[in-house]
Amino acid sequence: MRAAVVVFPGSNCDRDLAVAFRAAGADVTMVWHKDTSLPDGVDIVGVPGGFSFGDYLRCGAIAANSPICQSVKAHADRGGYVLGICNGFQVLTETGILPGALLRNAGLKYICKTIGLKVETAQSIYTEGYTAGDVIDIPIAHHDGNYFADQTTLETLIGEDRVAFSYTDNPNGSLRDIAGILSSNRRVLGMMPHPERAADTGHGGTDGQALFRAIAGQLTTV
Amino acid sequence: MKATVHVMLKTGVLDPQGEAVRHALGALGFDGVNGVRQGKVIELDLAEGTSEADVTAMCEKLLANTVIESYRVEMA
Repeated sequence: MRAAVVVFPGSNCDRDLAVAFRAAGADVTMVWHKDTSLPDGVDIVGVPGGFSFGDYLRCGAIAANSPICQSVKAHADRGGYVLGICNGFQVLTETGILPGALLRNAGLKYICKTIGLKVETAQSIYTEGYTAGDVIDIPIAHHDGNYFADQTTLETLIGEDRVAFSYTDNPNGSLRDIAGILSSNRRVLGMMPHPERAADTGHGGTDGQALFRAIAGQLTTV
Repeated sequence: MKATVHVMLKTGVLDPQGEAVRHALGALGFDGVNGVRQGKVIELDLAEGTSEADVTAMCEKLLANTVIESYRVEMA
């Protein structure tokens, strides 16, 4: 499996994400936001957490218009896999690759803690290492994770089984407790929680490992 | 040549910051505030010949996220 991790000014989970991909067996290349193309043969692009461009204007808005994001969008459009975590999820909604938007947390506070996350579907390369209904412990660390989409979009997401994860105890006001969603072809996942921060025994939890192992398992056999 | 862009969260989108400001005003004894919505104002210093349509395109592409925000352009 070949993975690329995008690095923006202000990304701070890029190396953690690369470590998690590598631990699952991936060959990882870091790509800078000014790069105009992804390395040849990349199977999956990771858009990491952090505070790209200082969260100026809106979280992810400037990053979504950076040169590399044109290539990420083209990669997604031709059926490539993309995993956006936290700020990466915000970037994916700002590019329009995933529907909806992430608003300021309903309680206005930045929240950094481990939360219970319910796996809503095992039908994706990201979640097939879990069983639908599993509750896993994954850290969140965000100020703007309050998922919003109009009613029609929400119904589509739920009707098409595209809610990947939901919060067991909604920390941020997200509609329908949504923590992560899939694209219509199920190859793009955006999620606010950080599976890469629960992927090693040294992290204090390993519930995120199954996500990276499932991706690697699928993409190495393709 | 200048343009002013007003960006607001759409009606129906929860505005937790506006709500916090409303609470704070109430705590200060200002009882007459039924609601607060907080947005942003963006001032653009434009080259001559830049049209309102150009500014609208800027809003659609970057300045506003039309999933959650509405915008209004004032050309001056």
